[in-house]
Amino acid sequence: MNARAETLERAVRGRSLWRDALVRLRANRAAIASLAVLGVIVAACVAGPWFSPHDHFTQDYGAIWVEPGLADAHWFGTDGLGRDLFVRALEGGRMSLLIGLVATLVSLVIGVVYGATAGYLGGRVDGVMMRIVDILYAMPFLFFVILLMVFFGRNILLIFVAIGAINWLDMARIVRGQTLALKGQPFIEAARMAGAPAPAIIARHIVPNLLGVVAVYITLTIPQVILFESFLSFLGLGVAEPATSWGALIKDGADEMGRAPWLLVVPAVLLAATLFCFNFIGDGLRDALDPKDR
Amino acid sequence: MLGYTLRRLAGAVPTLFILLTLAFVMMRAAPGGPFDGDRELPPQVRANLEAKYHLDEPLYVQYGRYLWDVARFDFGPSFQYRDVSVNDLIASGFPVSATLGAASLAFALILGVPLGMAAALRQNGAIDYTAMTAAMLGISIPNFVLAPLMILVFAVYNDWLPAGGLGGPQHYVMPVIALGTAMMAYVARLARASMIEVMRSNHVRTARAKGLSAARVVWVHALPAALTPIVSFLGPAAAGIITGSVVIETIFGIPGLGQFFVSGALNRDYTLVMGVVLFYGILIVGFNLLVDLLYGWLDPRVAYR
Repeated sequence: MNARAETLERAVRGRSLWRDALVRLRANRAAIASLAVLGVIVAACVAGPWFSPHDHFTQDYGAIWVEPGLADAHWFGTDGLGRDLFVRALEGGRMSLLIGLVATLVSLVIGVVYGATAGYLGGRVDGVMMRIVDILYAMPFLFFVILLMVFFGRNILLIFVAIGAINWLDMARIVRGQTLALKGQPFIEAARMAGAPAPAIIARHIVPNLLGVVAVYITLTIPQVILFESFLSFLGLGVAEPATSWGALIKDGADEMGRAPWLLVVPAVLLAATLFCFNFIGDGLRDALDPKDR
Repeated sequence: MLGYTLRRLAGAVPTLFILLTLAFVMMRAAPGGPFDGDRELPPQVRANLEAKYHLDEPLYVQYGRYLWDVARFDFGPSFQYRDVSVNDLIASGFPVSATLGAASLAFALILGVPLGMAAALRQNGAIDYTAMTAAMLGISIPNFVLAPLMILVFAVYNDWLPAGGLGGPQHYVMPVIALGTAMMAYVARLARASMIEVMRSNHVRTARAKGLSAARVVWVHALPAALTPIVSFLGPAAAGIITGSVVIETIFGIPGLGQFFVSGALNRDYTLVMGVVLFYGILIVGFNLLVDLLYGWLDPRVAYR
C-alpha cells in the first residue's frame, strides 16, 4: 500500500461516535479518577480476601472487639464474634457488586426487549404495552419486595429477580423513546424494503444503535441496585448469614456503633465510595455520549 | 382542566385495583398466618378467631368482601393490634409520617434550589465544582448510613439531640436531614441544569438587553422558568420519601406508617399491610396528579389532553 492510499484511508476512516466519546471521557478528570478508585475497590474485593490469613465466617472468641490495627492481621478490627472485618468487608463487597451487576443485567434484558418491541411495532401494541408500564410505575414495588422477602425467605436468587423486575421499567421507557426516533431513519426503511422480518430488524439494527443510552443506563443502575440491596439487608431482609453484603454489615455496625464504631464506618465508607464512583462515571459517560448538555 | 382531572382519577382506578389484587394474592400465598404465635392455640380458639375475621371462608368470598369494604374506605380490623381498626392505625400514623415527609421536602427544596442556582450562575467555577461534588456525595450516602452516623456523633458522643422517639421539634432534626439530604442533592443538580439552560434562553437575553439588574433577571425572569423540572421531580420525590420513611422511622423509632408496615409484614397482619400499601398507592397517584396540574399552571405551553 503506498503512502497516498494510506493517507486517504486515514481520512476516510473518520471519527466514530465511540471514539469521540472516549476522547471526551478522557478529558473528564472526575470520571477518570472515579474509574481508578472503583477499579481499586473491585480489585480489592475480588483478590483482597486471599491476602488475609482470616476468613469471613470463623468466630474467634480470643479476639473480639479488636480495634483496627496491625495486630494479628486484623487490619480493620473484628466484631463481637471475633470475625475479621477486613475480610468481611471485602466479602460483602463481592456480594453487593455481584447483585448490582446481575440484577442490572436482568433489568437490561427485559427493558431493552420490551422497549424496542413496543417502540418498533408502534400503534395499538405500543399503546397497550406502555399503559402496562404506566400502571406498574404507580405500584409501590418496594413494599412488594419487602413482602416477598418476609414471606418466602431470604433467597439471593429472589433478590436478583425482584430487583431486576422492578428496574426494567425505566429502561423500557428510554429504549422505546430512542426506538421511535430511530424507526423513521432511512437505514431501517432499507432493511424493511430488503424483506428483513421485524425481530431481525430489532435485534440487528435497532438494538446496536441503542448501546450509547444503554451504557449510560447501566452505570447509573448498578449503584441504584446496590443501594436497594443494602436497604433490604439493612432492614434484615437481604442476604442471609453466613453470606454478607455491605448493607448487612452496615446494619450490624449500626447496632454496635457505640462500642465499635469501625464496624459501621468501614462498610459505610466502602459503600458510599462505590456509589459515588459509579455515579460520577455515569455522569461522565452521559456527557461524553450526549454532548449537547455540556 | 376539570375533565382532565376526572379522566386521570378514572385512570387511577384500574391501577389501584391491580395493586389491591396483587397485595391480596401475595399475602394469602405467603406461608404462615396471623395466628401462628409462639404457642399453639387450642383448635376451638383458633376456629373462633378465624370465624371472627372471616378467614374460614373461601378465598374468593374473602376477596369480594375486602373489595367491598375498601370501596367504602374501610380497611378492616388489624390482626396484630387487637380491637384497633386499620383506619385508626393509619389515622394515627399518617400525621407523623406526613410531618416528617413535608419537613424533608421543604428542607430539600429550600437548600437545594439556591445551591443549584449558585452553581449554575458560576458555571465551571469553584462554587460549581464544590456544590456538585457535595451533591454527588449526598446522592451516594444512603439515608440508612447517614442516620446511624448522625446518631453516633450528635446523640452518643455529644448529647445534643435525642437519638429517637417523638417529642418536640428537636426530635425531627436528624430524621429530616437523613431523609432530605439525598433529595436535596437531586434538587440541586436539577436546578443547576435547568438554570444553565434558562440563562441561555432568548427571554433572559431580552431581559438583560432591557438593562434590568442581574438580580431581577435571575429571580424574576429566570427562576420561575427554571423551576418546572423541579416541580415534575416532586412526583418521584414523594415516592422516594415514602420509601425512605420506612427505614428512617425504624431507625429513629418514630411511630409512623412506615413502622406499621414493617411490623405488619413481620407479623402477617394482612389487613394492616394491605391497608398501608393501598394508602401509599392512593397517596402516590394523588400526588402525581397534583404535580401534573401544578406543572400545567406553571407552564402554559403544557396542554391537558
